[in-house]
Amino acid sequence: MLDKRNSLVAWLQAGPMMLVFAAFFILPLIFVTIVSAWDYNEYEMLPAFSFRGYTDTFEGCLVQLPDLCTILKTYAKTVKLCFLTWALTLTIGFAIAYFLAFHVRSKTWQIVLSLICTVPFWTSNVIRMIAWIPLLGRNGLINQGLIDLGLIKVPLEWLLFSEFSVVLAFVHLFTFFMVVPIFNSMIRIDKKLIEAAYDAGASGFQTLINIVIPLAKPGIVIGSIFVITIVMGDFVTIGVMGGQQIASAGKIIETRLNALQFPAAAANAVILLGITIVIISALTRVVDIRKEL
Amino acid sequence: MDERRSKSFYILAFFFIAYVIFLYGPMFAIFILSFQGPEGGLTFPMNGMSLHWFYKVFEGNGTVDIGAAFKRSLALGSVVMIITVVLSVAAGMAFRKGFKGAAILFYSAIASLIMPSIITSLGIALEFRLLDDVMINHGSELGLNWLAEGWTTAMGLFTSGLGAHLTWTLPFGLLIMFAIFNRFDGRLEEAARDLGATPWQTFRHVVFPIILPSVVGIGLFGFTLSWDELARSSQAIGSVNTLPLELQGLTTTVTKPDIYALGTLTSAVSFLVIFTALAVIRGLQLRQKRFGSDAGKGLV
Repeated sequence: MLDKRNSLVAWLQAGPMMLVFAAFFILPLIFVTIVSAWDYNEYEMLPAFSFRGYTDTFEGCLVQLPDLCTILKTYAKTVKLCFLTWALTLTIGFAIAYFLAFHVRSKTWQIVLSLICTVPFWTSNVIRMIAWIPLLGRNGLINQGLIDLGLIKVPLEWLLFSEFSVVLAFVHLFTFFMVVPIFNSMIRIDKKLIEAAYDAGASGFQTLINIVIPLAKPGIVIGSIFVITIVMGDFVTIGVMGGQQIASAGKIIETRLNALQFPAAAANAVILLGITIVIISALTRVVDIRKEL
Repeated sequence: MDERRSKSFYILAFFFIAYVIFLYGPMFAIFILSFQGPEGGLTFPMNGMSLHWFYKVFEGNGTVDIGAAFKRSLALGSVVMIITVVLSVAAGMAFRKGFKGAAILFYSAIASLIMPSIITSLGIALEFRLLDDVMINHGSELGLNWLAEGWTTAMGLFTSGLGAHLTWTLPFGLLIMFAIFNRFDGRLEEAARDLGATPWQTFRHVVFPIILPSVVGIGLFGFTLSWDELARSSQAIGSVNTLPLELQGLTTTVTKPDIYALGTLTSAVSFLVIFTALAVIRGLQLRQKRFGSDAGKGLV
């Protein structure tokens, strides 16, 4: 009797959140899948079965082989940007998390320094992107500095609105997503293990490779999933920092949407989703996420 | 761990400082540049000091109404914050008891968190567009004439826009609740029950005061994530824009420092909320320390 009442209460408590996810997440995903197989014309979608969304996307891809068609090139570029960002955020994030977890000894300092890393996450991404303009622009601080030093004569053009600035902004914005889960894994490592390794004669590097990295793996995987999914679907950062000139998987969807070609946009979303799921399931094979949360 | 700092400490400490400069440096550059003189441009050097560009923001430049977008974002952020706090605390309590479908809710939250935003946004846009189609074309057949009459769109700030923001803030709220209850001592609840407290009294007088600092943290996440949200709202907000959307639009057209002034104002709101929340959390923690336990004080 009490159990029944308890489970009813639990249902009422969890119900509202479940409803929000059902209405604004699960149902929309179902619609994306359905509409991706609809027909369309210049200005509206037609509820009739058609693979046009998909075939239009890959138009001419077979003919052009072995050259890559636009869509494949775009995906290749997205994956490349994603890989660069992943490698950089992982390296930086790992170092920061290591410093916070092992070198900062007082709890208070740990909290203060973690907060310093977190505060920017609570501020606007767009502003943090715009903030690079006065530094990287043609007349920006870096170019001026290099010219004043006599290192270059003409301003470097590739600093802003380029793949460089896109990756820079990604690293700037999303390293946080690596720091938090890796720090979380590291803080749970029993310090005695590390002492034992030292006592047994392991060097700092050996301890890092054989003790810290394997035990921090769950955090590394979770952070990687965050960064990879964000970058794979990104269109805002690539748009602003790439000067709206660089194509990406996310930008294709946005472009199709602006042209009101909903089935084509949905087809691209399904493709992007498929690729993202493949990457995530490959990563989760390395570690069981359920155990870590 | 030995007492003396190793070499790697100094290297990593230096790296950490460099990272913090990398994090904050650019932001401070635009805060400074927003005080450019009227003749100043988008880059250094400063051409005098003035509040010129802030006045420009409030005047508006004719194309976009920044003030309205500011109010809209503030209103939406507040609503998102309240809903996120209430739903997260409620769902967190439910997870403690356990219920059928707990795994489904958990995975929905995780999936919603890592789903590329453009896909969620597109899905919500499609959902509302299809709803509009049904209402406009078939509303009378469904006997919903009273509703379909004059139907234009269901999309809007507090329908599709609110939903889009919640798919982003709720997972954070739920994960914070998990973190709280991982450290929560269940014996406190048992003690309250043994003393005859009803479930509501147990929650109101025992559980809630203990988790309150973290609940403020959920509110902080709810508001700031909504205040700055861009990717998920982009397709799902309807005809009006939030502040980040206006700001993103301005990046392609504006060549004057008023965009920095707007950025400074937006960040000022963020910082105000962050520091208020952190101060409240700290105050509550200190209060808990003072009044939380009477151990060792003896009976009077």
